[in-house]
Parts: sequence; structure tokens; C-alpha cells
Amino acid sequence: MNKKWVAYPYLVWMIIFIVIPSFLILFYAFTVRDEQGIRFTLDNFYKFCEPIYLSVLLKSLGLALFSTFVCLILGYPVAMILASKHFSKSATLSILFIIPMWMNFLLRTYSWLTLLEKNGIINSILSFFHLPKIDILYTDTAVVLGMVYNFLPFMILPIYTVLMKIDSKLVEAAQDLGGNSFTVFRRITLPLSIPGVMSGITMVFMPAVTTFVISKLLGGGQYTLIGNFIERQFIQLSDWNFGSAISMVMMILILISIGIMSKFDEDKGGGAALW
Amino acid sequence: MVKKIIMKSYLGLILLFLYLPIVVLIVFSFNKSKSRGNWSGFTLKWYKELFENSQIMDSLYTTLLLAILSSIIAVIIGTFAAIGIHNMKKFRKTMVMNLTYLPVLNPDIVTGVSLMIMFVFIGSIIGLKLGFITMLLAHITFNIPYVILSVLPRLRQMNKHMYEAALDLGATSVYAFRKVIIPEIMPGIISGFLMAFTLSIDDFVISYFTSGSGVSNLSITIYSMARTGVKPTINALSTIMFVSVLLLLILINIRSAREEKRRKQYDA
Repeated sequence: MNKKWVAYPYLVWMIIFIVIPSFLILFYAFTVRDEQGIRFTLDNFYKFCEPIYLSVLLKSLGLALFSTFVCLILGYPVAMILASKHFSKSATLSILFIIPMWMNFLLRTYSWLTLLEKNGIINSILSFFHLPKIDILYTDTAVVLGMVYNFLPFMILPIYTVLMKIDSKLVEAAQDLGGNSFTVFRRITLPLSIPGVMSGITMVFMPAVTTFVISKLLGGGQYTLIGNFIERQFIQLSDWNFGSAISMVMMILILISIGIMSKFDEDKGGGAALW
Repeated sequence: MVKKIIMKSYLGLILLFLYLPIVVLIVFSFNKSKSRGNWSGFTLKWYKELFENSQIMDSLYTTLLLAILSSIIAVIIGTFAAIGIHNMKKFRKTMVMNLTYLPVLNPDIVTGVSLMIMFVFIGSIIGLKLGFITMLLAHITFNIPYVILSVLPRLRQMNKHMYEAALDLGATSVYAFRKVIIPEIMPGIISGFLMAFTLSIDDFVISYFTSGSGVSNLSITIYSMARTGVKPTINALSTIMFVSVLLLLILINIRSAREEKRRKQYDA
């Protein structure tokens, strides 16, 4: 058992396929290639600071934050209902939130086109009841809807797992001491569920901020989020240097937000333990 | 009572939201008309056409082959890696675990483009073109961490003296490894394999950047079709895949429920 060398093939693999590619991104981000050959520069990052690119970044962050918020508002009650004692088969029920993920996510997202189109299913139903039509396809609303649709289970499941672990005696004790259901929720359930909320937020925010598929399908061809931007630099424009710079900024932003999340999580945990 | 009705209807609404597109997808795989959103009668012709469509069949073959190969290789490398990491000293262990978490935490698109740069860069030296091999290497790379993360907890739970006891009783280290360690960590290996398999089948972003022209998995085929309109044949294929996974799950559930019942009877 004391054989460390069995991990060496893995280490070699990770150095070739994770470490070296990361350094290549770094290298491309800090260089440009022109007539004089390759030279080191910060131009790629200066270029990214231009208003058009910064506005794309801000828009991506804004939409991702908003989608995460919607997922939290919609998902927390679902997790609470699943974890409540009213449902004896909550484990089976929670599988219902995983099953949709077995369908290819591109197809599921594409399916929303059929639903949202001008003469699509939703509008047919609305007009049947003489209600006004909705026309949200190829707008921010559609992109947010796509994000919420794809990532909602990632919010529900971690919160559900944490809620299931809460000792029901704590809740009962709080009720015995005269706390009404809102107080019990505010002082007991919510603080104890913070770790689940934090991992849910991370799991929704991360893919939402970097997606390029949802924005392309539901936002239309010209719709640009930071993910579409990176994709365009690499696939269509072949400007790898600029693309690498944006990827690097993206990577750093994500790592920082993960760091903040875990910090916040610890602080809360410590506070709850003290009480 | 009212509270329970409200709870149930809220759950129902959210489930409706999650399943509506899937239902639409399945229903339209039986649609006579080719255009989406236009119901014109029931047909099974898309299911027949599916097997004659070489583009879809090729990408299905690529997807399955990729998933099987990448998850098997990832399980082998990852299991040994987990054993090695488990035996490392604290400092080295932290370093290697940080490296392991990197592809899990890194956005898919960044992993994808960084691998693409590397494959093109090295490929120009050794003559490797973007294609099936590069896709396979990429899939193995993002699969290994998940195998490690599901095997490691099992190793931690294991009684470390069992292996030593086997050696004391005269087992060779390979024999003891095969007969003691592997059975102990098997549940972790299996869940790691399943996770790797599912991730590989579902992956789009990383495959998109690491595949060349000519080779594509199902996700890439769907993505390229999305511009001109996805054909109902794809709906038919997804319906078949979705239903088979569902049936498999139900079968497993029934079997484990039956086993539990038998065990209870036995105990009684």
C-alpha cells in the first residue's frame, strides 16, 4: 500500500493535459504575433478594457447573477418541500429533478424554441384563451429562462441534501420554545442550510457565466455573452492571443468567486456553531 | 391540508417547467410534418429514417465509443492515482489534490480552448490532427478527477490493516491488491465509472473545441443542425436513449426493492 508511484502515470497525464495547456493560455495571453514575430505585451488585456468588451463582460455577469438569483428563489422552496416530512418518498421524488439531465442539454434547450416561437405552442395556448401573446424569443428574458431551466437542478439538489441532514430535534426545540414557523425558518433552517445554498450558487453561477450555447440558441445569432466571445476568437477569428486573454480573465474571476464563496461559507459555519 | 395542496401544486409547476421541453421533444418525434411546432399527424417514419441516416448513426457510434473508452481508461488511471494520492504525505497530497480540482472548477470553455491550443501546438510538431484521438484524450482528462474524487472517500473508510494482514498471511502484494483493496473500493470505482460515462456522453463544450472537421459526437451534430433546424430523426434518437435509461433505472430500482424485501423476510 505504500506505493506512491502508482499515481505517477496520473501526474504525468495531468502535467501534459492540464498544466501545459494552462501555461500555453498564459503564453498566448501575454504575447502577440506580428510581422516581427512573437513578442511579449499587455495589449490583449488593454484591448479587453475597451468599453465594448467590458460591456459584454458586465452583461454576462449580470445575466448570470440574475439567473442564479431566480434559481435560488425558485429552488429553495422546492428543496424545503422535498425535505419536509410531508413526503415520505422524497428520495424517489428528488430523482425526478435529475432525470431531465439525461436528455441532451442542447436538445432540451432547442426545444424551448418550439415552445416560445411567435406561433409556437405557448402562444397557441395563450391565444386559445384569448390572452395576449408573449414574444420573448431572442431576448435577454429567453436567455435567462434557458439558464434557469438548465441549471435549476444544480441549485435544488445541494440545498435538499443539506436540509435532509438538519437534526429535526433542533426545529422541534425551537417550536417548543415558542418560535413561530417564520422565526424557526429564519433562526434555524436558513442558517444551517447556508453551505448548501453556497454550493448551489457556485454550481449555477459558474456554468451560467461562461455559457455560449444557451445564448446562441435562445438569444439568436448576434447575441453575445463572454462565452460566445471566447468561442468566436478561437473558432471563427483565430485570434488566439485575445481569446486566451479573455479566457484567463474568466478563469481568474471564477477562481476568485469560488474563493469568496468558500470563505463566506466557513464564516457562517463558525458563527452558527458559536450560537 | 391547504398547505399540502399548495406544496404539491408548487412542486407540480416546477416539474412541469422541467419536463415540458422533454415532452414536446418526444411528442414531435412522432410528428408527420418536418417543421417544428406544426402537428400534422402521427408517424413512425423518423424512427425508421434514423437507422438509415449515416450522419446521425456515425455520431452516435462516436459518442458511445468515446464514452466507453474514455471512462474505462479514466477509471484505470484514476483508481491507481487515488491509491497513490491516499498514501502521499500531507504537503504533496494537498498539491496533487489542488491539481485534481482544477479541471473540475475551471469553466468548460477554458478547459476546451486550452486543450485545443495544446493539441494544435503539439500536433504541428508530431503530426497529430484534431479528431477522434484528441477528443478521446480530452474526455479522459476531464473524467479522471471525478473517478479520483469518488474512489478516495472509499479508501479513507477502509481499514488499512487489512492489506497488511493479507501480506502477513503470505499474499503477494498484487494478490492482496486484487483480493483486498479492489473489492473494498469497488462501489467508488463503479460510481466513478458511471459519472465519467454520463459526463462523456453529455459533453458538448470540450468536444466542440477538441474535435476536428469530419468527426463529431451527437452534441456537435445537434449543434450544427440547430442553425438550419433540428430534424425529427434526432428527436427520435433522443427519445430512444431517454426511454432506455429510464427503463434501466426502473429495473434497477425494482431489483433492489425486491432484494430488500427478501432480506427483510429472511431477517423475520
